[in-house]
Amino acid sequence: MHNFEYAAPASVADAVAALAKPDAKVLAGGQTLLPTMKQRLAAPTQLVDLRKVAGLAGISREGDAVVIGAMTRHADVAASPLVHDAIKGLGALAGLIGDPAVRHRGTLGGSLANNDPAADYPAAVLALGATIVTNKREIVADDYFKGLFETVLGEDEIITKVKFPIPEKSAYEKFRNPASRYAMVGVFVAKSKTGVRVAVTGAGSSGVFRQKEMEAALAANFAADAIKGVKIAAANMISDLHGDADYRAHLVGVVARRAVEASA
Amino acid sequence: MVQVSMTVNGKAVSAHVEPRTLLVQFIREHLRLTGTHVGCDTSQCGACVVHIDGKAVKSCTTLAASCEGAQITTIEGLAHGGKLHPMQQAFQDNHGLQCGYCTPGMIMTAVDMVNRKGHQLDEATIRHELEGNICRCTGYHNIVKSVAQGAREMGGAK
Ligand SMILES: Cc1cc2nc3c(=O)[nH]c(=O)nc-3n(C[C@H](O)[C@H](O)[C@H](O)COP(=O)(O)OP(=O)(O)OC[C@H]3O[C@@H](n4cnc5c(N)ncnc54)[C@H](O)[C@@H]3O)c2cc1C
Ligand code: FES
Ligand code: FES
Repeated sequence: MHNFEYAAPASVADAVAALAKPDAKVLAGGQTLLPTMKQRLAAPTQLVDLRKVAGLAGISREGDAVVIGAMTRHADVAASPLVHDAIKGLGALAGLIGDPAVRHRGTLGGSLANNDPAADYPAAVLALGATIVTNKREIVADDYFKGLFETVLGEDEIITKVKFPIPEKSAYEKFRNPASRYAMVGVFVAKSKTGVRVAVTGAGSSGVFRQKEMEAALAANFAADAIKGVKIAAANMISDLHGDADYRAHLVGVVARRAVEASA
Repeated sequence: MVQVSMTVNGKAVSAHVEPRTLLVQFIREHLRLTGTHVGCDTSQCGACVVHIDGKAVKSCTTLAASCEGAQITTIEGLAHGGKLHPMQQAFQDNHGLQCGYCTPGMIMTAVDMVNRKGHQLDEATIRHELEGNICRCTGYHNIVKSVAQGAREMGGAK
């Protein structure tokens, strides 16, 4: 790892100021950034550690939404009765990320800023129609993800929290790569008064995406059989040593049906 | 350079380190506590697991600077008064190690598991919770037995 300067400011404003240095980067749980730096795939000159910034961690219920701070660890989301009662799929998802040690450090904000095409949280954010709140603005999920490891976040923009609307039913099903534990295919299904949303991670060659044919079929009849006929094209699927595009396309259907069956 | 101060196995320590110093480097190279191992460069093997404020984390994927003010426990901090911790004893009793390289991380992960999941752990739970720890020798069978025994004995059962 190349050397860098380290700052641990106590407020969002001070963190943004520290990010003004060239090649500065936010450090949250470090579970993606530090491995990347160790491999010298990233070499920021300044790390701005958010660990002391007040008010960035925590889970609360605000009206018909669950609001989770950007620095909230995966383990805390997984262990939260509030999350499990309100959005069952979201609590389950957090408990499936990586392993216990990764969950003790990794954060919601870090996962969303990174937008790995095989990460889990992006599926929940997109399927639940969550709103990402930053130091500058509020971004709806449909506008936030911009392809592989790309989002609309600016260089000096910090995610502070995410607002997840509470659905009637939800579930997340993940077909894990047994070695890395990332999603080969992960499907989040959310049914609410306004309709059904289905988001797929791990499979799409430009990252997380909504499967609108499934959404329409499920809005008419919320049952696994309703999406049996939906054909998933292999054209936009990831093909790698873990599985080719045809295999992933097939898995999307299987995993989506399991998610519908598991919805509660 | 940054100044870091933390408590390691109950002892206050502090040092001037480069910001890029990983917690595992701080523990092994500055404090000379070499029980914590480094088995990979990719945050996957778990040989480096220690507890930060009571929770299992990979010390190769944490900056020492981020642990300012924290309470750290390493494998050296488990035994008391010449008596092995029940989880260490369970690994010895069940032949839960061969080369021993993964063992410090396995034991620190296992103790954290018991703290969160209690003293009666079934095989499926133990295997699921050990997903972040890789062993190249044992085939895991005796590790799982060790963790189950250690969990019971941490609760006082024999
Ligand atoms: C062994 C292993 C297995 C894993 N398995 C999975 C898995 O199964 N599923 C999964 O989804 N993930 C997995 N991960 C990744 C893990 O979830 C990471 O914790 C997560 O992707 C990044 O979160 P972090 O808090 O660690 O962020 P960091 O690594 O600290 O940061 C990641 C990026 O986000 C930026 N950033 C962080 N916080 C903010 C913020 N608040 N605002 C703006 N930018 C920010 C950083 O600058 C950096 O570019 C795994 C990681 C490891 C090491
Ligand atoms: S050395 Fe830390 S996970 Fe392998
Ligand atoms: S005992 Fe050798 S790696 Fe586990």
